[in-house]
Amino acid sequence: MSIGDSVRGSVLGPQSGSLLSRVTARESPLRRLDWVLVAAVLALSVVSALLVWSATRPKLIDAGDDPQSFLKKHVLLLAIGLVLGSLVAALDYRMLRAYAPIVYIVACGGLVAVLTPLGATVNGSHSWIIIGGGFQVQPSEFAKVALVVIIAMVLGEPRDGEAVPRNGDVWLTLGLAAVPMALIMLQPDLGTMLVFCAVILGMLMVAGSRRRWLFGLLAGGIILALAVWKLGILHEYQIKRFTAFADPSADPRGSGYNARQALVAVGSGGLFGAGLFHGEQTNGHFVPEQQTDFIFTVAGEELGFVGSAAIIVLLGVILWRGLRIARQCEEMYGRLLATGIVCWLAFQTFINIGMCLGITPITGLPLPFVSYGGSSTFADLIAIGLLQGVHLRRDARFD
Amino acid sequence: MGATSKVRLLILHVLVLSLLLSLGARLWYLQVMSGGAYARVAADNRQREVVVPAVRGEILDQVGRPLVDNRSALVVSVDPTTLEAQPDGGAAVLKRLAKTLGTSYTGLRDEIRPCAAGVKRPCWPGSPYQPIPVDTRVSSRTALQILERKEEFPGISAQVQAVRRYPSPDKANAAQVLGYLQPVTQEELDKRRGLQKRYSGVDEVGRDGLEESYDQALRGVPGVRRMTVDSQGQVTGTPQEQPAKPGDYLVTSIDAKVQAAAEQAIKSSVDKARADGNPGKQAAAVVLNVRTGNVVALASYPSYDPSIWTGGISQADYDRLLSNKGGQPLISRATEGQFAPGSTFKISSLDAAIKDGYDINGSYDCPGSFKVGNRSFKNFEGEAPGRMNLHRALVVSCDTIFYRFGYEQWLRDGGTNPKKHPKDPMVHMARDFGFGRATGVDIPNESSGRIPDRTWKYDYWKATKADDCKRAKTGYPDVAKSDPTRAAYLKALATENCKDGYVWRPGDAANFAIGQGDVLVTPLQLANAYAAVANGGTLREPRIAKALVRPDGTLVKNITAPKAGTLPNPHNVLAYERKALADVTKSGTGAGAFAGFPLNKIPVGGKTGTAEVYGKKDNSWFASFAPVNNPQFAVVAMVSDAGQGATYGAPAVRKIYDAIYGVSGGKIDKKKAAFPDGQPPKKLPKIGADGSISAPSGFTAASSFGGPGAGLIPIMAAGRETTTPAFGRRS
Repeated sequence: MSIGDSVRGSVLGPQSGSLLSRVTARESPLRRLDWVLVAAVLALSVVSALLVWSATRPKLIDAGDDPQSFLKKHVLLLAIGLVLGSLVAALDYRMLRAYAPIVYIVACGGLVAVLTPLGATVNGSHSWIIIGGGFQVQPSEFAKVALVVIIAMVLGEPRDGEAVPRNGDVWLTLGLAAVPMALIMLQPDLGTMLVFCAVILGMLMVAGSRRRWLFGLLAGGIILALAVWKLGILHEYQIKRFTAFADPSADPRGSGYNARQALVAVGSGGLFGAGLFHGEQTNGHFVPEQQTDFIFTVAGEELGFVGSAAIIVLLGVILWRGLRIARQCEEMYGRLLATGIVCWLAFQTFINIGMCLGITPITGLPLPFVSYGGSSTFADLIAIGLLQGVHLRRDARFD
Repeated sequence: MGATSKVRLLILHVLVLSLLLSLGARLWYLQVMSGGAYARVAADNRQREVVVPAVRGEILDQVGRPLVDNRSALVVSVDPTTLEAQPDGGAAVLKRLAKTLGTSYTGLRDEIRPCAAGVKRPCWPGSPYQPIPVDTRVSSRTALQILERKEEFPGISAQVQAVRRYPSPDKANAAQVLGYLQPVTQEELDKRRGLQKRYSGVDEVGRDGLEESYDQALRGVPGVRRMTVDSQGQVTGTPQEQPAKPGDYLVTSIDAKVQAAAEQAIKSSVDKARADGNPGKQAAAVVLNVRTGNVVALASYPSYDPSIWTGGISQADYDRLLSNKGGQPLISRATEGQFAPGSTFKISSLDAAIKDGYDINGSYDCPGSFKVGNRSFKNFEGEAPGRMNLHRALVVSCDTIFYRFGYEQWLRDGGTNPKKHPKDPMVHMARDFGFGRATGVDIPNESSGRIPDRTWKYDYWKATKADDCKRAKTGYPDVAKSDPTRAAYLKALATENCKDGYVWRPGDAANFAIGQGDVLVTPLQLANAYAAVANGGTLREPRIAKALVRPDGTLVKNITAPKAGTLPNPHNVLAYERKALADVTKSGTGAGAFAGFPLNKIPVGGKTGTAEVYGKKDNSWFASFAPVNNPQFAVVAMVSDAGQGATYGAPAVRKIYDAIYGVSGGKIDKKKAAFPDGQPPKKLPKIGADGSISAPSGFTAASSFGGPGAGLIPIMAAGRETTTPAFGRRS
């Protein structure tokens, strides 16, 4: 173990003393939390609230509604998400291993439910369940958590003398991943598919799988993608939207519209931006889906390079802490959990910001911690809770 | 748990870092390195400009009768931006519209497609955010159909707009003087790159006539409505409007009554010529104010109704305007037509002779014919009235005296072996009279006429030499079949021309002296020359426009006819000529036409001209001025391919004077006179701030109209009001 903290006690700490002293004690879980990670998440939450407010305000004013209604809802969702994250952090993540199959089955059930009449279509993706009261659930967001948990369970089983996952485990991993992926393919939700692929590859890699597995899967994925493309399995609009980022000018009023408007909004921000609430592209709602998938364009236009880069840095801090937690965790299960979460968040961040900057295809992926949306906010904060949980209990030997 | 895992984590670390760094780099490139460009695109995105056309200024006659004004018309326009936002790109809307308007869908579609390289007309050359007018002649019923069913016609609007109207006061047509409007072409837009905002494509541009010459002033400055719009084209802010500045009114020196009289006069002379069995193809009349150089009337025959241009001319009308059969009525015969002037040209030749030293009081023989070289030049109809002074030579229009002047001058210049600097007195005097160059009148496409001097002859010879020399060898076998004598003559001519066709021959000089041969003038040039004789020797650039006045009545500027030259002979020579010409109407060639005219009260000086044109009937001219004692007007009328000047030209001029002075039945009736005091008004008609126009004192602008010009009554564009913003965009 590289960090000299082997003398720390159990997670639960000393059993004596008042609540306050327990909480503030050096060994207390609260003090041992990764506060850098917490700070980054909270900072992003604040930024997120401001950007969602700015993105939704003009339309709400136009419609004569309360201009803060989205902001209020978002803050509420953030608060719930933070509570959820705290609860998950408090849980012993190793207990989760036992419940992983249940989490997995519930998530798959949610994905199946989407395909039933309970599901609803938003923006061409049939990935929602309407639960009334203006709330919708997007099961694919939670499926990301479930995927990480189940793969960590399969690949993180302690094995004596084996540094490399057995072929059987790899096959099991792929088999378990195949079910939600197939369900997501039916929605269809290309973005989540890509995130799943990144998570599987990343976790297999860190689990120490043989290289031939890794390269084989990578090659297989590429061949599969080409096959899907050529065989016309995807809808026309998906391919159009997928390729529009490469040349938005080809069809400026059609599928290239989003890509182009996003670029214009970000580009017009300049170094310092137009100032919060002063982005004219944003106020004219030129960019579609601006409070969700294209939230980064609000930052680009109103906060400029300085503000947008700060968001990337904050996300980078989260990923860095995640990787640090993975590295520090001596137990494979915890390490894989952290790895899966990092892969998920990193890839989703890259795809989302990339599509706002015109370098990745437009897929319906939210920006972690920033985009408006209950499901993604909850899933992201649960993931942070898991990271904190791993961080608190990283010292496997003394447990 | 081994080293592999840690190494792999490190790899993951690097991968994540590189992903984030590439995002940062891209962000830097977009925002910092190309931020300016995107900021401009963003501005274009949000700003939409709609041109608000300015009401074009009216064109008034000298007392304020509108020769051109505007009327309100219902115009159906298509807003391409709204159409494009339709799921099917607006095809269904256009099909419905085509059905309602009774036109074809493909026609409408072609009309609104933006012009670009490779796109055939019809197409739209203006801004794509500009509503495109597709029909300017809809009935109010059709317009209501469209306006009442806005949901079926998104992006279609029916709007009241100002279009040109030609009220023809007192039946004055003046089509060639006024010109017409046409939509601005892409080439014109390109030429006016800096001014494109002013030529948005909604506007039409003046073509020909006053509409072209004073286009800038008449068009005004279109307003711009700047709007901030959102992604749906919904206006988000308050539109900023820079209101249109209406065009200036153009007050002309044309008098509608005199103009109408001139048009009717040449028309009746043409009718008479045709009744006499002559073709009488073209005719023109010009009335000038000799004191100011203003044009009082400028008539051309054949003419057409200029209102056919309004709202887009039909192909059939257009073909008719340009066809030979229709007489090409677009051409202003008064300024663009070039004709041999005949004896009317003698004032120039007489001046040239006197300046050259011939005695103004001398006595000259007028034989029946005069031998020039080896050719005999005959007097008109071979008359031989004997010796006479120059006064009488003009009155009876003796040709042989002028042949002699021309021939003798030619001999003194060295004959066929000309001196190095020949004097050519008649050529120089003709130029001093303004012949051979455009007068500079303020309407376009004026012809220069032709003064055939030595240089011209040499150039002409060089241009035709090859053909002449060929004909000198081959002859004219085709002509020989029917007319061997003529073929032989033509061959001899070709041989001569081939050899030394550049030589200024005695025949050229003699013909020149009486305005024959290759001499060509425009009716306006001739009127301008007579005006100079009448006013004591001042040649001016004639002006049709008198002033530009703002619609609120304030004067923009007065327009005066600049001085273009002075006749070289002293006043007494011009006075002598005026006196002689006065007798033409009393006892000379013009006496018949002026029988019964109160010449004792309004003495008219004039000269007939009967110009022979090979293979055609003579051009019939009459050039005049009045009153002789204190000249005010110069009037010229001409009928081509008709006959003698006394028969067709002079009666037309007489009728014009009748209208000017109110002469009927030998008496002057001031109430009927276009100019009750025999003078054009000194003051401009008054344009009130309310658009009313009142005539200068002493005149009445009595006509069947006089209300203010039709303004713009905008109706909200239908497409903009109804659509509600969609939240977000489905893609």
